[in-house]
Amino acid sequence: MTAPLEIPQGDPALPGFGLRAWRSLRKDWPALLSIVLLVLLALAAVLAPLLAPHPPLTTYPDGLQANGAPVGPDGNFLLGADPNGRDVLSRLLYGARVSLVIGILANGLATVLGVLVGLVAGYLGGWVETVLMRITDVVMSFPILLFCIALIAVTGPSAKNVVFVIALIYWTALARIVRSLVLSLKEREFVVAARTLGLSHWRVMRKHLFPHLVPTIIVYATLGVASSILIEASLSFLGVGVPVPDPSWGQMIEQGKEYFQIAPWLLFAPGVCLILTVLAFNLAGDWLRDLLDPTAPERR
Amino acid sequence: MSRFLLRRLPQAIIVLFGVVTLAFLMTHVVPGDPARLIAGPNASADTVASIHHELGLDRSLGYQYWLYLRQAVQGDLGTSYALQGMSVTSAIGHALPVSAAVAVLGVLWEVLLGVPIGIIAAYRPKGLLDRATTLASLIGLSAPPFWVGLLLLYVLAYKTSVFPLSGYANPFINYLILPSFTLGLGGAAWYARLTRTNMLEALRSPYVQTARAKGMPESVILLRHCLRNVLSPLLTMLGMDLGYFLGGVVVIESVFGLPGIGKLTFDAIGTLDIPMITGAVLFAAFFIVVMNLLVDLAYAAIDPRVRR
Repeated sequence: MTAPLEIPQGDPALPGFGLRAWRSLRKDWPALLSIVLLVLLALAAVLAPLLAPHPPLTTYPDGLQANGAPVGPDGNFLLGADPNGRDVLSRLLYGARVSLVIGILANGLATVLGVLVGLVAGYLGGWVETVLMRITDVVMSFPILLFCIALIAVTGPSAKNVVFVIALIYWTALARIVRSLVLSLKEREFVVAARTLGLSHWRVMRKHLFPHLVPTIIVYATLGVASSILIEASLSFLGVGVPVPDPSWGQMIEQGKEYFQIAPWLLFAPGVCLILTVLAFNLAGDWLRDLLDPTAPERR
Repeated sequence: MSRFLLRRLPQAIIVLFGVVTLAFLMTHVVPGDPARLIAGPNASADTVASIHHELGLDRSLGYQYWLYLRQAVQGDLGTSYALQGMSVTSAIGHALPVSAAVAVLGVLWEVLLGVPIGIIAAYRPKGLLDRATTLASLIGLSAPPFWVGLLLLYVLAYKTSVFPLSGYANPFINYLILPSFTLGLGGAAWYARLTRTNMLEALRSPYVQTARAKGMPESVILLRHCLRNVLSPLLTMLGMDLGYFLGGVVVIESVFGLPGIGKLTFDAIGTLDIPMITGAVLFAAFFIVVMNLLVDLAYAAIDPRVRR
């Protein structure tokens, strides 16, 4: 008489990801706040045409005073007008689109590139690894902003170029992290087994290694959006980012710079938006790190 | 030690070679024609062609690259298109002291602000001070430096004229404090994190227990025993930051109107001054590679395990 075989049902002590996430969020108010902020930001960006009190590109004669200086916050222009007589609040809302879209796209591309390079270098090893990692070293040796500025100078400023340029320089840190993870993973039994079964390299990388990298990738992708948004803002501030007249927060600060003595609101509003957005992505990234990948090294 | 150097040096040289190649490629494989820009909008095709020839732009890309590489090895980065026959190296040489001053002071601020914050945070982990400093440093690294700089200018230069508004004149230190502080403020957050993490690690070690058992005051344990463990990672970060800053901090120099390398590069971009752009980017990357090498060597000198 043998007892019926017990089928393992999974450890009941381990709740699902959603529940774990919610539990840790309830205890971690900065993280909760950052998630709320990100949701609000996304809503603001998506609903900008509905929320904006004025069209972002229209210049209003009553946005300027008789001496040509922009008018301050009042009933018509809730956050004041900019030096061209445009509504600051409306431009801020539309600027959220630019920051988010460029930050997410640029960092998404950089993440794909970084994971590919790190995965291939770590898994294949040999001369492929040497070449890929030396290229990583070279790209890492360039100062990020200077590299971006120089590349945009020769390719011309446009939102598309900003995305590509940020992606081109920003993949290196992730490539190094992924490579070192893959180096230790590929010695594990399940990878050796998969290779012994004769699976193709591509399949081993995609089906057996990649799933183990996902938590780390999510953490760094979130933190990376924060940096990408800051880079975009810096480029736009220097006048080599998103071309005028489309609003971007960095560019709004650049335009307000000349008038900041008489119209400080031109600096405050976009600056506060930038800080809050970047902070929210950083906090969310830190929270995800604690949740998904507590051993992940801090990135610089 | 010499064997470590022998292994590390060729690596640095290979990376430097890659840096020159990439810097050259990114500025030469481009659609824009600098000859057109120099000649002006009304120049005839002949004039443009002759300028093209003068600059050597009609030669093959491979030949141009070979020439550039040969000169770069000898420290010659070409002649600026825009600055009336000035050599790129001498233009960089003129701007370097400004950038170097900002860089050194900036790193100093990073350490002065970051390390004490890290020590305070490590004193009672998860305590109120730790949480407050962690959040403060996170805000520090989320704030765009150009915005912080403008804000400081507004409060400390415009509203209260403690510091001059912008520019660079004697006494220079007055013009350097705000830019370097702005630069250091963002980086200080990393130093605080680094100090905190390493202090906490050291606090868990057995010798700290022994020290506590002997009744040593906590302040002595923190400052004399644990702080030492922070020194070598701190040195690494410091060296790398210095290398990074020496190449010019474009945004800060632009906000404060400082005539450093960042400003030089930025101006060169407006005039499509290709030799200047390539040279400045190359120069900045060169500093980073060299500082990385020096940091590695210093590390190896301090810690024999690294040499293996």
